[in-house]
Amino acid sequence: MPALGADMDEGTLVEWLVKPGDQIHKGDIIAVVDTAKSAIEVESFHTGTIAELITPAGETVPVGTVLATITEAGAEVGGTGAAEPGGRAAAEAEAGQPGAAEAGVPVAAGAPAAMAVPTAGAAHPVAAAEAPKSKRAPGKRAPGRARPAKKPAPPGPGAPARSTPLVRHEAAQLGVDLATVYGSGPGGTITRADVEHAAASRRRRVTPLARRLAAELGVDLGTVTGTGPGGAVRKDDVRLAATAGAPAARQPAAQPPTAAAAPAGKAVPARTAERPGKAERAQSMRQAIARLMARSKREIPHYYVSNTVDMGAALAWLRERNRSLEVSQRLVPAALLLRATALAARQVPELNGYWTEDNFVPGTAVHLGVAISLRGGGLITPAIHHADELAPGELMAKLRDLVNRARAGRLRSSELTDATITVTNLGDQGVESVTGVIYPPQVALVGFGKIAERPWAVGGLLGIRPVVVTTLAADHRATDGYTGGRFLTAITDLLQRPEEL
Amino acid sequence: MTPEQAHKMITDILREIAPDSDPDTLPGDADIRDSLELDSLDFLNFVEELSQRSGRRIEEDDYPQLATLASGAKFLAGS
Repeated sequence: MPALGADMDEGTLVEWLVKPGDQIHKGDIIAVVDTAKSAIEVESFHTGTIAELITPAGETVPVGTVLATITEAGAEVGGTGAAEPGGRAAAEAEAGQPGAAEAGVPVAAGAPAAMAVPTAGAAHPVAAAEAPKSKRAPGKRAPGRARPAKKPAPPGPGAPARSTPLVRHEAAQLGVDLATVYGSGPGGTITRADVEHAAASRRRRVTPLARRLAAELGVDLGTVTGTGPGGAVRKDDVRLAATAGAPAARQPAAQPPTAAAAPAGKAVPARTAERPGKAERAQSMRQAIARLMARSKREIPHYYVSNTVDMGAALAWLRERNRSLEVSQRLVPAALLLRATALAARQVPELNGYWTEDNFVPGTAVHLGVAISLRGGGLITPAIHHADELAPGELMAKLRDLVNRARAGRLRSSELTDATITVTNLGDQGVESVTGVIYPPQVALVGFGKIAERPWAVGGLLGIRPVVVTTLAADHRATDGYTGGRFLTAITDLLQRPEEL
Repeated sequence: MTPEQAHKMITDILREIAPDSDPDTLPGDADIRDSLELDSLDFLNFVEELSQRSGRRIEEDDYPQLATLASGAKFLAGS
C-alpha cells in the first residue's frame, strides 16, 4: 500500500485492474485505492509479470502492506506456496533484512523509496531517489508483519478463484474479469450475483449525493438504473429504487456493456458501494488534513514574504491571445501564475524539493503541486509533472485535466506523491492574499490572491492596474528570507514579460 | 432559441458541472459563480459546453453576460 501523501496511514483496495499473469510496465495503472481523501489510481513502480494479488479488493490495510508481487522479466515465478512468503520476505527486506526474498516484487510496499526488489534471492532497492519524503516517516510504515489477516489469502496463481462454467460465461458476456471479482460464495466461490454486481458497479457513475442517499436508504447501487448523463446514478434514481423495491431494477444492470462504454479489459474502475458515505469521507479527509497541517506547523519553522505583482501586461497578453482561440484553448490567469511559479522554482532550486533527515534534497524536476478544493469540502494537492517544461497552453490543459479528475476521484498515485513545491490560489474565492501552510516534506508554498484593480504608482503617476498579492511560505531550515525574496522577484519579473512565458 | 430553451440549456450544463447543486432553484438574478461556488476552471467548462451546445462563439467580452441565469438566457436567446 503506497503512501499517497504524507498524511496517509491506510488505504482500501477498491479494485484490481490486473490479474496474475498479466504483463505490466512501469507506470501502468494496476489498482484503485481509496484513501481518506479520494480514490486513487495506483501505478506500478516496476515492469514485469503479476505473480500474485495478495491484498483482496475491499480490504483496508496500513501503508506498507504488500498488495501484490511482481516478477521481473526473466525471473521465474514462484509457486503458489512461494509467492506468499516471497511477499512477506519482501516486506521484511524493506525493513532492512534482504536476502530472505525468494521471488516476486512487492508492489508499493511502503513508499517508493523504501521499496525493495527481491528477485531470485537478491534484493536491490529501486527508485531510492524518487521519493525522499518517505524517509521522513519510518514510524508510519507498517511492513508485512503488521498486515491484518482478517480474511484468508486469495488463491494464488496456481489456483484461480473458483467459479462455475455458467458464471464464467456470464463474466465473458459482460466483459468482467473474474480475477477482479470478489467471491461471496462458499470458499470464495464467485457467484453469478458477484459478476453482475461487478459489471454494474464498474461502469456506474454515481453522484456523491446519490451515494450518500443510497447508504442512508440501504439501497444497493448495483441495482439502481441511472438516468443521468452517461447512465450516471442520481439521487432521484436512488429514491425511485428505494420506493420501488430494488430487485425489479436488477435487470438493466446486467445488460452487457457497449464496446464504446466499457471495452473489455479497460473497465472503468468501480467506486460505488464500497466507498464510504459523503459525510464519513468529509470527516476522514478533515482528519487527514488536520494531522498533516498540525505536523507542518509543529515541525516546520515557517517564514513568510510577500509581493504585490502588477498583472497589467500579463492580462493584456492573455486577453489578446484568447481572442483568437476557441473556448477550450483559452487560458485563465491561473495558468500564467502557475507557469511563472514553475519557472521561478527552476531559477531558485533551493525552494524546490524536500527537507528530509536534517537535509535539503533538491527536486530532480519541478513537479508543481496544485491545491484543489473539492466539492463538499476538503482539498487535495496533486502535482503537474515537469511543469517548468510545459508551455502555458499545455500547462492549462494539464491543470484542467487535473482539476476535473481530482473532483471526479480519478487521480493517479504518482500525482499525489511527487510534488516538489505547491501553489494555492484562492483568487477565485475573492481573498486578497493567502499565506499558506507548507505541505511536508516540501519546503515552500506559494499563495496567490485575487487579481483585483488597485491604485498603482508607475513612473510618478497614479493609475489603476490589476494586481495580485503573491506570498511565499517557506521552511526556514532549508532557506532564508533572502532566497524567498529572490523567488518572489523572479515570479514578478516573469509576469512582466508574459510573451516569454 | 427561446429564452426558455436557453434557460434550460444553462441549468442542464450547470447541473453537470456541479452535480450536487440544484440550479433550478437558483433565482434568475443570482450570481451563478458565487451561488454554485464555481472557480475559473468550472466557469471555463461551463462556457465551453454552452458554446458547443448553442453552436455560438462566446468571447471573453461576453462573459459578464453569463453572470446570472436571466442575463445568460437573454444573451443566448438573442443570437
